[in-house]
Amino acid sequence: MSEFQWLSWIRGVGLQSAVAIFCMGIVWRTMEIYTLGRKLDIAEPRRISGASGWHTIYRRFLAPLGMIHLDPVTYIGGYVFHLGLLIVFFLSEPHIHLIRELIGLSWPALPPSMIDIVTIVTLITMIVVLVDRVRKPLKRFLSGFGDYVLWVITFLPVLSGYLTVHHLLLPYTILLALHMISVEVLLIVFPFTKLFHAVTVWPSRWFNGNTNARKGVPV
Amino acid sequence: MENREIEPLESSMVHGVSRRTFLQYCATLASLMALPSSAGVAFSKALSSVSRPPVIWLSFQDCGGCTESLIRSNVPTLEDLLFNSLSLEYHQAFQISAGIATEAARKDVVQKNWGKYLLIVDGSIPMKEEGVYSTTAGVSHYDLLMEMAKGAAAVIAMGTCAVSGGLSRAYPNPTGATAISRLIKDKPVINLPGCPPIPVVMTGVLIYYLTFGAFPELDALGRPKAFYGETVHDRCYRRPFYEQGKFAKSFDDEGARQGWCLFELGCKGHITHNACSTKKWNGAVSFPIESGHGCLGCSEPGFLDTGSFYRALSLPEKPIGHAVNALMAGAMVGGSMFMTNRGFKMVAAHTHLPSCVADLEKESGG
Repeated sequence: MSEFQWLSWIRGVGLQSAVAIFCMGIVWRTMEIYTLGRKLDIAEPRRISGASGWHTIYRRFLAPLGMIHLDPVTYIGGYVFHLGLLIVFFLSEPHIHLIRELIGLSWPALPPSMIDIVTIVTLITMIVVLVDRVRKPLKRFLSGFGDYVLWVITFLPVLSGYLTVHHLLLPYTILLALHMISVEVLLIVFPFTKLFHAVTVWPSRWFNGNTNARKGVPV
Repeated sequence: MENREIEPLESSMVHGVSRRTFLQYCATLASLMALPSSAGVAFSKALSSVSRPPVIWLSFQDCGGCTESLIRSNVPTLEDLLFNSLSLEYHQAFQISAGIATEAARKDVVQKNWGKYLLIVDGSIPMKEEGVYSTTAGVSHYDLLMEMAKGAAAVIAMGTCAVSGGLSRAYPNPTGATAISRLIKDKPVINLPGCPPIPVVMTGVLIYYLTFGAFPELDALGRPKAFYGETVHDRCYRRPFYEQGKFAKSFDDEGARQGWCLFELGCKGHITHNACSTKKWNGAVSFPIESGHGCLGCSEPGFLDTGSFYRALSLPEKPIGHAVNALMAGAMVGGSMFMTNRGFKMVAAHTHLPSCVADLEKESGG
């Protein structure tokens, strides 16, 4: 199989399969998690929950007081690489083209030079965050093998995307194939790993805030 | 009469070409193939030589476009190349009117030039049903190829059909079309893909072989690196627009008129190894991208089975139409998981034994 045919398989059967698994996994896991339910709270609420759920989503989005100074890598690094991933995915021209193809929506893209800067910053930040995770005993203790695998799975699409756009190191055909296959791996593992936090993080925070308010601890 | 080698100047004058034009051509060809300037001198001597290597050209399962392309070669012209530099002993398309007599001539040429002739093949070989889909004078093309390859010095697979199956090998490949290099293993085979190949690529390789008696350096797919070493995008004049992120969105928008990159319109120049953007076509007048159409990727194996010509490389080959099915399948699995978990909870509730303070006191030994 030549590089061309390999790319063809990745753009065809590979991508179709990955998207199918992704869509199926998202619905499956969402339904499974949210239909587990909770024990009915029959106690009278201490107070009306109000906007505590929404407020908790917002409040936990911010770093706790003083923590940025105490652990800047975790907080600033976390903000930067998450934001970087969002910008690179949603505001680069080829991705918008893909989204328009998939769901018919599109919006203006950032200039390629801006995307380049964001990509490089994201890559560097991810490396810094990884080094910090390995160097700090507590973080190292809390990290399992799967966490490092997921770091690689998240890192590779960004790196391969940058190399592909700039035709660096390898022939374009191989780079594009590597970029697409790294994205396919990401799509496949996304619903079944910790990466699923991208979907569950907001409802979870809302639920915690809402429940705490019922118990008398509004925020 | 003194038997001496004809000098390049004399040879070119005999052919009605000025000395300057002739030497310019040789130097240009050497430059195109990234060879040192001394190769130009070697080319000129080889082209002037009285020795004319015999060539047998076989056309198999193809459209004839490769021959058409070679006819369009402007420097040297086909007739100049074939009748002054090479000795074309057999070509089905050119000799078709002679009927069965050509087959006798072919056998005679093979016998006289055993081990010396150059075999050029365009078209693929149908392997299904014992090759009945494509025959010449009642002989299947597989048998003809194997017979002719035995006595050949080398084989040139001309065009994508011969190199990788091309059009006839496109899905579902009803004839079992097969590439030449998959069938011939005991002879040097050089691949010159393209639908059709660029004329100067064909003539350049032939002249190189005439001069040095061997093929130029090849890549992993058996293609000469001098012509297939870079992608069409690498040397495309629209590449600066790609770097700037300026893409034509349709064939008649402002971007297209400004000559912006055709990536989003499906151009496959990024992944296509060919010399179109440097050697060009029709006497180096233009090439498809310059004419406003994206590259189709015709020199790559399987290019007809890689989805629409008009879908960008960053998109899936075909529209993803089963996403809704996948969502429904996910809903079904999720629903099943819900029912299963509900069952576990109900079993747990039924088997749950209430405990009271007395039980706890017993456990703690109080």
